[in-house]
Amino acid sequence: MTLARLTRGNAIGWAVPILLIPLWELLARTGQIAPSVLPAPSAVLEAGWRLMLTGQLPENIWVSSLRAFTGFAIGGGIGFALGLANGLSALSQRLTDTTLQMIRNIPHLALIPLVILWFGIDEEAKLFLVALGVFFPIYINTLHGIRTVDPHLIEMGRIYGMSPITLFWRVILPGALPSIFVGLRYALGIMWLTLIVAETISASSGLGYMAMQAREFLLVDVVVLAIIIYALLGKMADAIARLLERLSLQWHPAFQTH
Amino acid sequence: MHASEYATRLDPLDFFFGRGGADEDLAPPVVERTGSTGTDLVIKGLAKSFGQKQVLHGIDLRVPAGQFLAVIGKSGCGKSTLLRLLAGLETPTAGTIALGDGNAGRSATRIMFQEPRLLPWARVVENVEVGLLDTDSRAERRERALAMLAEVGLEDRQGEWPSILSGGQRQRVALARALASRPQLMALDEPLGALDALTRIEMQNLLERIWLQQRFTAILVTHDVGEALALADRLVLIEEGAITLDLAVPLPRPRRRGSPELARLEGEVLDRLFDGQSKH
Repeated sequence: MTLARLTRGNAIGWAVPILLIPLWELLARTGQIAPSVLPAPSAVLEAGWRLMLTGQLPENIWVSSLRAFTGFAIGGGIGFALGLANGLSALSQRLTDTTLQMIRNIPHLALIPLVILWFGIDEEAKLFLVALGVFFPIYINTLHGIRTVDPHLIEMGRIYGMSPITLFWRVILPGALPSIFVGLRYALGIMWLTLIVAETISASSGLGYMAMQAREFLLVDVVVLAIIIYALLGKMADAIARLLERLSLQWHPAFQTH
Repeated sequence: MHASEYATRLDPLDFFFGRGGADEDLAPPVVERTGSTGTDLVIKGLAKSFGQKQVLHGIDLRVPAGQFLAVIGKSGCGKSTLLRLLAGLETPTAGTIALGDGNAGRSATRIMFQEPRLLPWARVVENVEVGLLDTDSRAERRERALAMLAEVGLEDRQGEWPSILSGGQRQRVALARALASRPQLMALDEPLGALDALTRIEMQNLLERIWLQQRFTAILVTHDVGEALALADRLVLIEEGAITLDLAVPLPRPRRRGSPELARLEGEVLDRLFDGQSKH
């Protein structure tokens, strides 16, 4: 895939959402869609502007993003560390993998009632859920990546006298990177999903809370605004991950510009 | 990959402390030589078993410094195991392998495989530098890697990713990497096996030219008798884990492919290999 084709693909990818907006506006203006079901994009934009001026919107985006990325850093960090440990050491894997696989089969959102009992509706509850949600994709893909590094290359590294640390940095980690990126992108999706659910059910600030408050007062435009912001934040996180992927996997035939 | 295979490959102790004693061999620096010379290789009573299966039975072999030895045999005869033992990738069940002066470091022996085994995420020149890990100075590493690349005719490809090179070019990079530290013993495990016929001949000429310059001791494992005779000073046949033929190839170099002497020798060896079945 060439870079030119990639960027062209991105431009085409934006065409559909951008074309949908005038259509939506038209249908809303002509009364085909009742404002109580789906307000016009201009109304949503207006609501956004209003909340921007009161400072509520930036405040809530900030609170939600902070939660999302803190939870991501905690869960992703632990997942990455355990993935490395279990990929590199058979002992560590024998010790922890069965336990982790059991926990993995519990849908993490099923823990919400328990988490509320433990932490109330404070920050810890949201961070815990996000961390748990992102842990598994990162853990599993890091482990998988390390396990599937070409054993021929590891043997080569040993023959050429690489120390275990050199071997890790020059052979094992770069070899595992494509798989780690798959985990990263998957985890980013789960991060937003978990946070939205957690904030919708129990929160006193954040985008999910803003949407729930708006629902109580029948402010459909604000509800729609919150949903669109979720979509944009999710897309942004994914775009950053893809950029990092492209930068660090230049050697990979799938990312080469030739 | 099977879990137990994993356990042997990346056991924690193994990973962090190296395979029993192997790391101590890393300490001695590469002996710098002007006009590098090979090393004597003396193998005595070498045997190797994997579980119940004995792959090599008491191999005795003396290879004088600078000799180009070809080891041929049918698949599964133990020739690759012999090479892996030489490279220190396996430990012998019995017997000894000794290199000339006895204090040669690990980088005195290099091995080249059928696959180039280049790091796909490192540029060509960085791949060659992997062969120079014992050289501390970064600038010197780069300089020597570039010189080696020039030697194999790939200087202008130094900044490329290995994935865009052809099979023959990748194998030349692997050769440059193996030779960068000026090894005294070069073990070649069918390094040209995966190349097309024309690239093969080109690579054979390159290998011969570099060997004539550097005069390392070369052990080439191959199942191609023609290739063995084109390159080697001496040819050893391994059958069922034992040496059954030890033949000098006293032809002058450069050898002309398809010459009657080569054809006659090849016929002889093939007859021996198939135990007379190919005679009419």
